[in-house]
Amino acid sequence: MEYLLQQIINGLTLGAIYGLIAIGYTMVYGIIGMINFAHGDVFMIGAFISIITFALLWMGGVTSIPLAIVLVLFTTMLFTAVYGWTVERIAYRPLRGSFRLAPLISAIGMSIFLQNYVQLLQGARIKPLPPLISGGIVLMEGDGFAVQINYTQMIIIAVTVALMTAFTLLITRTPLGRAQRACEQDRGMAALLGVDVDRTISLTFVMGAALAAVAGLMFALYYGVVDFFIGFLAGLKAFTAAVLGGIGSLPGAMLGGILIGLIEALWSGYFSVEYKDVAAFAVLVLVLVFRPTGLLGRPEIEKV
Amino acid sequence: MLTIAGLSTGYGHIEALRGVDLEVRAGEIVTLIGANGAGKSTLLMSVCGSPRAWRGRILFEGRDITRMPTFEIVRLGIAQSPEGRRIFPRMTVLENLQMGATTAPEHFEDGLRRVFKLFPRLEERRLQRGGTLSGGEQQMLSIGRALMSRPRLLLLDEPSLGLAPMIVKQIFQVIREVNEQEGMTVFLVEQNAFHALRLAHRGYVMMNGRITLSGTGRELLANREVRAAYLEGGHGA
Ligand SMILES: Nc1ncnc2c1ncn2[C@@H]1O[C@H](COP(=O)(O)OP(=O)(O)O)[C@@H](O)[C@H]1O
Ligand SMILES: [Mg+2]
Repeated sequence: MEYLLQQIINGLTLGAIYGLIAIGYTMVYGIIGMINFAHGDVFMIGAFISIITFALLWMGGVTSIPLAIVLVLFTTMLFTAVYGWTVERIAYRPLRGSFRLAPLISAIGMSIFLQNYVQLLQGARIKPLPPLISGGIVLMEGDGFAVQINYTQMIIIAVTVALMTAFTLLITRTPLGRAQRACEQDRGMAALLGVDVDRTISLTFVMGAALAAVAGLMFALYYGVVDFFIGFLAGLKAFTAAVLGGIGSLPGAMLGGILIGLIEALWSGYFSVEYKDVAAFAVLVLVLVFRPTGLLGRPEIEKV
Repeated sequence: MLTIAGLSTGYGHIEALRGVDLEVRAGEIVTLIGANGAGKSTLLMSVCGSPRAWRGRILFEGRDITRMPTFEIVRLGIAQSPEGRRIFPRMTVLENLQMGATTAPEHFEDGLRRVFKLFPRLEERRLQRGGTLSGGEQQMLSIGRALMSRPRLLLLDEPSLGLAPMIVKQIFQVIREVNEQEGMTVFLVEQNAFHALRLAHRGYVMMNGRITLSGTGRELLANREVRAAYLEGGHGA
């Protein structure tokens, strides 16, 4: 029982990270109908920027850890957003209106480019982040096993919940969110009503990248190491989460992220760590067999 | 107000408009009638830059808008209720109307009051999703959404298509009202030639991407060719 609870806490933490990345996949898919394969690498860049910013703050004499984390959070979101924006401008916008596969190929190219770019600038070796936050709260103590939620996990879950709430409000309540949903449903009509579609698409990439940046920071805090390749597997899992939840659906991305995180943690906890990735993908296949549109996706019949 | 000169355009290699000249003056209701596939919708959409002109020029209030991006054209004061209505299906009636006010958010409250007065039905349905409205309600919403931006030029594409006579009457009444009471200029594409010509000050007839006839509504109603081609039998509607 205690052991199960511990795995659930670990799974929720992982799921928060996957969910934040998954939102970027799902939003971009919603608005331009393509899988942004470079999104995982944008997350990886976010992780690197956060480590570099920590180092710079350290050298600059910032010793307060909470202050450092807040500063790093905003810096990382800002700079990673610039990367997201640039990726769209360079790799996708020129191909808009081209054949369907073109931006997909361009996305894969972008992904490879970003990995090599970081490898070249930062080296291929793993970069460590010394543990900044130690300790935690013991929730429960049973025969020789203590269920613990550490402070890093608490920060990750709290920040994710706050961001997702803010983000949901942004999409459902603000003119920008409305414009994004309008572009999703009928881009031509949105333009006819005065929406600057290109700008709205750019902002979607910016928002997705900013959330991925937060995930990158969380990843660095949680695991303490990053390298130029972390975007591949994390991206793949977040993409799986988006598809599992129903690609195009925001709540779906969050739910999918949490489920993938839980599956991974429970599988590693009870069966084998080696096959944890297989488990996540196997669940995806099963869900898609029975619900091809994902858990919260809507069937494509609502077209008027 | 709107001047179209020598406009040709189309889709891919298909030329849908072949040198169209047309003029809509401020304060007028002008109608464009013609058979299915004549190019009426293409003309209306090309005013908003989609598809783009291949040749010719489009002027709005003296300004050349031929190469302007769509969202900038409509910000000048043009609104369109396009063919097929194109309601956002997963947005509520209210959100659809909010989208209509994209270029004039400061007039949202005023606009909403006015649209709900013109179409009380929309107020009852304000929180319902667009995709679940009936055809008539969607048409009202499409026109209401266009009115939300307080356009000086209103473009309407077949607002009566597929609707019950009662609702058609109501919609034509609204067109007359916004024109007479607010001086809004209206460019109306219709297959319901009889009603449209009775409502409009002037009309144009389009065939195979060309304007073949033009005149006042009354003249066209009396014209033998028009009667033979577009009014035959459909008179009593
Ligand atoms: N999106 C499109 N792609 C290709 N051809 C089109 C498209 N829309 C219209 N057309 C063609 O252009 C011509 C004019 O169509 P349209 O402007 O819709 O006529 P109308 O509105 O008078 O019925 C038709 O031959 C039609 O088949
Ligand atoms: Mg048409």
